[in-house]
Amino acid sequence: MLKVENICKTFNKGSINEKIALDNLSLFLGDGEFVTVIGGNGAGKSTFLNCIAGVYEIDAGRILLDNTDISYSPEHKRSKYIGRVFQDPLMGTAFDMTIEENLAIAYTRGKPKGLRPGISKADTALFREKLALLDLGLENRVKEKVGRLSGGQRQALTLLMATIVKPKLLLLDEHTAALDPSIAKKVFKLTEEIVKGEKLCTIMITHNMKAALEHGTRTIMMHEGKIIMDLNSKEKEGVTVEWLIEQFNRKSGTELDNDRMLLG
Amino acid sequence: MTMLMSLAATLQGSMELGIIYAIMALGVFISFRTLNIPDLTVDSSFALGAAVSAVMASIGQPFIGLALAFLAGCFAGVFTALLTTKLKIQPLLSGILMMLALYSINLKVMGGKPNIPLLNKPVMFSFLQRLDLGKYAKLLFLVLILALIVVLLYFFLKTKLGFALRATGDNDKMVRALGVNTDITIIIGLAVSNGLVALAGAIIAQYQSFADVSMGIGMVVIGLASVIIGEVLFSVKTLMRRLIAVALGAILYRLIITIALWLGMPPTDLKLVSAVIVAAALSMTVIKERALSFKSRRANSRRYKGGQV
Repeated sequence: MLKVENICKTFNKGSINEKIALDNLSLFLGDGEFVTVIGGNGAGKSTFLNCIAGVYEIDAGRILLDNTDISYSPEHKRSKYIGRVFQDPLMGTAFDMTIEENLAIAYTRGKPKGLRPGISKADTALFREKLALLDLGLENRVKEKVGRLSGGQRQALTLLMATIVKPKLLLLDEHTAALDPSIAKKVFKLTEEIVKGEKLCTIMITHNMKAALEHGTRTIMMHEGKIIMDLNSKEKEGVTVEWLIEQFNRKSGTELDNDRMLLG
Repeated sequence: MTMLMSLAATLQGSMELGIIYAIMALGVFISFRTLNIPDLTVDSSFALGAAVSAVMASIGQPFIGLALAFLAGCFAGVFTALLTTKLKIQPLLSGILMMLALYSINLKVMGGKPNIPLLNKPVMFSFLQRLDLGKYAKLLFLVLILALIVVLLYFFLKTKLGFALRATGDNDKMVRALGVNTDITIIIGLAVSNGLVALAGAIIAQYQSFADVSMGIGMVVIGLASVIIGEVLFSVKTLMRRLIAVALGAILYRLIITIALWLGMPPTDLKLVSAVIVAAALSMTVIKERALSFKSRRANSRRYKGGQV
């Protein structure tokens, strides 16, 4: 499904601030695979996702999605097939537009935008139905502006927007990092439900080691732009956070330093 | 008594002008609020519209002049948008560059003359005289045009394309993540914006039977003032109300200026006053916050005034 072959990305090339973010990184993801990504600060996790999404252009290597080379296609074109949820709850929605208007934009993902009415009656019915699945009472607030929602509600909505048209790939960049632990848990649960229900090929970065082990069918650990550990679902069984940290220290030769890392 | 009658006539005139400026303000609303881009092209696209309209009216085609003026404004907006999106020039600078370039182009449109008088030429209002509808005919005609534009703009902003446009101003990153080419939405948005501005310029030229190459100077500021006055004074809960608020803001702004002039303000101070109004309106939130924090600080220090530490 997703094939990332030897991609490299260096920021500020040739300057004193040169930073190798991705170093010959390769990853193959099968259909419906759900990978969680962990790693320290500056390991290149977000850069990795941004390169797949087309926010940054890669320096070398190639990216294939469904056997199509998307290495150099612009961000908005890739977005037809890639759903994204960002860390910042403000980033995923248009605050000055209503819930149903936001969903309507998401619902035309990949389709030309014409001069037809933005929302039909059938659309509203569908949106209410989908919102009800989030179990946040948003189905009764479709005409309210998104600016009035809490961070957790926005992330749940963004998740719905990213998946309302089934994407070929779902990218989650620490989408619970800015939320309260209890709300984060709920968003994790929603993520799991949607990803499993739709059998979505998913990459989820998380700072929560425990969540990384609990969720997904595979866990990879990144360090200095490389994948230094790759556990499949069988290998993940019985793995503890302590073991993971020990492995990290041994393989990277440094101490794990993610200032937001949650161990428990 | 005669003074009051002259005031009534003046106010009616300024209402009419205000309605025409409302069309321009709606254009500024699209760039400034909907797309969140401060577009300075407005000053010149207004004059461009006036120039095109005057040239066409002077050869006996006032209505075709309006249509062509709108299209010319759209083109101006497209060029500004291309500078911003494709060449990555800052929006403010793109607008300034287009403003400068259009000045020369406007002169070319006007055949090298700095102004075109339209005395005794048929204009868009000429047919009203034949219908003999009384002294409010012009006003009603203009209200109709404005209402039509507000309704059309409302429906446009409620289409799928309109959604994409509004979301681009709100959060361009999110819109790209949802598969929208934000370059295209910005191009379309600035085209519609400057089209409306040019249309307003076109109507003004025929209304006052006169086009001048420098008649657009300060138009951005008037547009901004109208948008802000409208938003502060009227309800902006729904999109329709917001559009109406902007239109009313423009009319109110014109009335305020008229009354100030009537009270004896020299016309040469007009631009200074406009700038002051906009600066005050833009800084309103900051001033409010400062005032509140000043109050709470003073109340707080009073609480500790007993001298005990």
